[in-house]
Amino acid sequence: MYTILEKQRLSDAIVLMVVQAPHVARNARAGQFVIVIADEQGERIPLTIADHDRQAGTITLVIQEIGKSTKQMGQMAAGDAFHSVAGPLGHPTEIAAYGTVACVAGGVGIAPMYPIARALKEAGNHVISIIGARNQSLLFWEDRMRSVSDELIVCTDDGSYGRKGVVTVPLKELLETRADEIKKVWAIGPTIMMKFVSLTTKPFGVETIVSLNTIMIDGTGMCGGCRVPMIDGARFVCVDGPEFDGHLVDWDGLLSRMQFYRNEEQLAVQRWERLRETPTHECHLDKVVPLRR
Amino acid sequence: MPELSNRERMAIPRHEMPAQAPHERIRNFDEVALGYTWELAREEAERCLQCAKPRCVDGCPVGVLIPQFIRALRMGDMAGAVKTMQEKNNLPAICGRVCPQETQCEANCVLAKKGQAVAIGRLERFVGDFELREHTSRAQPGPPTGRKVAVIGSGPAGLTCAVDLAKLGHKVVIFESLHLPGGVLIYGIPEFRLPKSIIRAELESAVTNLGIEIRTDHVIGNTYTIDELLNEYDAVFMGTGAGLPSFMRIPGVNLNGVMSANEFLTRVNLMKGYRFPEYDTPVKVGRRVAVIGAGNVAMDAARSALRLQHMRSAQDGEPPGEVHIVYRRSRHEVPAREEEFHHAEEEGVIFDFLTNPIAILGNEKGEVCGLRCIRMELGEPDASGRRSPVPIAGSEFEMAMDTVIFALGTSPNPIVFNNAVGLERTRHGTVVADPETGRTLKPGVWAGGDVVTGAATVISAMGAGKRAAADIHRFLSDEKLFNVG
Ligand SMILES: Cc1cc2nc3c(=O)[nH]c(=O)nc-3n(C[C@H](O)[C@H](O)[C@H](O)COP(=O)(O)OP(=O)(O)OC[C@H]3O[C@@H](n4cnc5c(N)ncnc54)[C@H](O)[C@@H]3O)c2cc1C
Ligand SMILES: Cc1cc2nc3c(=O)[nH]c(=O)nc-3n(C[C@H](O)[C@H](O)[C@H](O)COP(=O)(O)OP(=O)(O)OC[C@H]3O[C@@H](n4cnc5c(N)ncnc54)[C@H](O)[C@@H]3O)c2cc1C
Ligand code: SF4
Ligand code: SF4
Ligand code: FES
Repeated sequence: MYTILEKQRLSDAIVLMVVQAPHVARNARAGQFVIVIADEQGERIPLTIADHDRQAGTITLVIQEIGKSTKQMGQMAAGDAFHSVAGPLGHPTEIAAYGTVACVAGGVGIAPMYPIARALKEAGNHVISIIGARNQSLLFWEDRMRSVSDELIVCTDDGSYGRKGVVTVPLKELLETRADEIKKVWAIGPTIMMKFVSLTTKPFGVETIVSLNTIMIDGTGMCGGCRVPMIDGARFVCVDGPEFDGHLVDWDGLLSRMQFYRNEEQLAVQRWERLRETPTHECHLDKVVPLRR
Repeated sequence: MPELSNRERMAIPRHEMPAQAPHERIRNFDEVALGYTWELAREEAERCLQCAKPRCVDGCPVGVLIPQFIRALRMGDMAGAVKTMQEKNNLPAICGRVCPQETQCEANCVLAKKGQAVAIGRLERFVGDFELREHTSRAQPGPPTGRKVAVIGSGPAGLTCAVDLAKLGHKVVIFESLHLPGGVLIYGIPEFRLPKSIIRAELESAVTNLGIEIRTDHVIGNTYTIDELLNEYDAVFMGTGAGLPSFMRIPGVNLNGVMSANEFLTRVNLMKGYRFPEYDTPVKVGRRVAVIGAGNVAMDAARSALRLQHMRSAQDGEPPGEVHIVYRRSRHEVPAREEEFHHAEEEGVIFDFLTNPIAILGNEKGEVCGLRCIRMELGEPDASGRRSPVPIAGSEFEMAMDTVIFALGTSPNPIVFNNAVGLERTRHGTVVADPETGRTLKPGVWAGGDVVTGAATVISAMGAGKRAAADIHRFLSDEKLFNVG
């Protein structure tokens, strides 16, 4: 049983869950993910292991409610259980002493960035973190990120907190003033953000690692649904990734692939919201209108 | 019934199996072939000549005692037929449905020359289905030996190996990366050919009664490495299959609407995408679908796509569309089971033989809009005696398509090899193992099924699982060997 032991709301549309999954916790490392199924009718969705506790046999998931499956998970409470949690999957982040590194995280990407920044810091790096969200209410874990960073820059698109603007602005300034110092950049967040981080670092020739969140099904290399077009051919995000060199990704190809099921996803959300609004609705129409059988 | 003479037996024509009519079955995912009735099965069984040297048995990778089970069946001793079957094959309801009988047991039957082989597979299915209803013979675990075996993968190879070892009294734990056991049986082969309820029931009676534990959601290589399993278990069997799909190296493979048959079939079967949105996993199929390849996988993908098209048409009133199978060789080389090819043809799948795709065409939105192909002709036989297809210069042409599904064969899933020092692999990605015993070059590790041979058949995977179980048992029972290993 993959019981939810703890649930916390981090922002309007982001929840944190501590889930019992000893088989995952025992071998989990920063950068890896799990495939979760909410209930028997559910789909397999990938979620990053934001933290783990080997002793307690638990993993922490941070979920942004954007579609049917994640909204449904957001409604689950401590004590409920997921149908399936498989993992850990994907390659862990390569952690080494690089010198000075920058960790750029947007929105829900702050959660998976936290263990990476922590591991980089523990490995002796000087960690500069840039975190951002659309507005203040969507921002979380500033304190945690601060505790594992030597420098921290916070921004919001609308300026409701921290610097006004997107994360690539302070990143560009950093590269312009300290390009020789920055050895490597990590970026996790919406695909469009990772694209622009990669475009920002490219002229400076600073290696940039992105963590891709393609559509997945099995998560074990069996379907190819997660394949990402790269400059030198396609890769499977679930087995070859999820981290890749952002300068090699064909971003527009990737963005287009991620839209493929948009109509179906919208249909699923609408149906689910309809069902949820009328959970115990029983049809009494036949009592009003006698049905001929 | 009085005993018949061989002449009389040979005069009985082979019995067809009742099936859903093509125009009906393309609107549902229910099983196509409905199975023999009791009368049909008895009559078909009468056709067997009970050969003293039954060549049919040589054609079966697990050596099912064919004349014996058929004899029991025709004498009305169904419990006896079940027992005889179980001596060699624990999954008859499955094998009877999916074995390529016409190239195995039935190909060897003495009556095959006239195209009138005894319908061994259909009779096997009849015996298997009987047992699922009646439960005449429950498998029993042997007296506990105190030895523990880890089996990786719950496809036919892993399941068969696990069952045989448990019958001998060894404690068996199966580790499966997906959320359901069964391997290709559950994620690949569609409901209309092999109903999930049959797999569930056959697994239940084979596995649960024997006390075999199945741990789903365990991705070996990551959750545990093979070496970690070796610390806890006395032996490890790898039956991880060949699930990694391949795509053609032609322009356009990353367009929206291009997918592997594995992705398409996993969405449809494992995740029940054909019941979206009741089930959450969407599956999308266009009005003009091209399936590339002509094996079982291609037939399954094409027939599933056809059903989705007809189900959509029933809802929106629009014409269903077309499904094409695009194959570079000719009808004669089609590798799929005869029955599947025949069913696909009956259902209206369009076959484009001697046709090879050279590019997938896309529109401005990054979606598939067509397929550019070239016509092929069969050249001179090569070293292997096969006539290989060669392109006809200047014969390029385009077909409008909005979905392209690659069914081109697969190679072994790589994850299990993570940190598995000492496991040797071929350049095709398969693991090197002795074909007789399943031993790999890593002490304590056996392997069998598609992970060794590359994509093959259910029954050959089961045969490999059986041979490995026998060798693992030899190893576990021999104190000397065991203590060294
Ligand atoms: C390796 C990996 C790790 C991941 N880790 C996490 C994680 O830790 N936490 C998490 O919340 N998600 C994570 N994701 C993404 C998550 O799997 C998807 O958000 C989820 O599958 C969506 O399912 P759904 O049914 O709720 O939404 P769907 O109905 O499948 O999608 C809804 C729509 O939202 C769009 N969309 C996708 N991403 C975004 C976005 N960021 N902002 C706005 N729209 C978007 C999609 O294109 C789609 O059209 C990860 C993905 C991968 C591949
Ligand atoms: C669509 C389709 C149709 C087919 N039709 C037929 C047919 O009609 N007749 C026929 O005889 N054959 C058919 N085949 C071929 C047949 O299904 C296979 O040859 C057979 O299933 C191989 O069995 P296996 O046990 O070796 O592997 P599989 O059935 O592939 O099972 C392997 C299992 O191992 C699991 N696994 C993989 N890696 C790991 C890991 N790291 N950790 C844990 N678990 C892991 C997989 O999830 C899977 O469940 C078909 C195949 C396909 C794809
Ligand atoms: S298991 Fe397959 S090959 Fe063997 S007898 Fe049965 S149908 Fe024939
Ligand atoms: S070869 Fe044919 S006729 Fe002879 S025993 Fe086998 S099935 Fe019967
Ligand atoms: S999710 Fe299926 S191959 Fe990656």
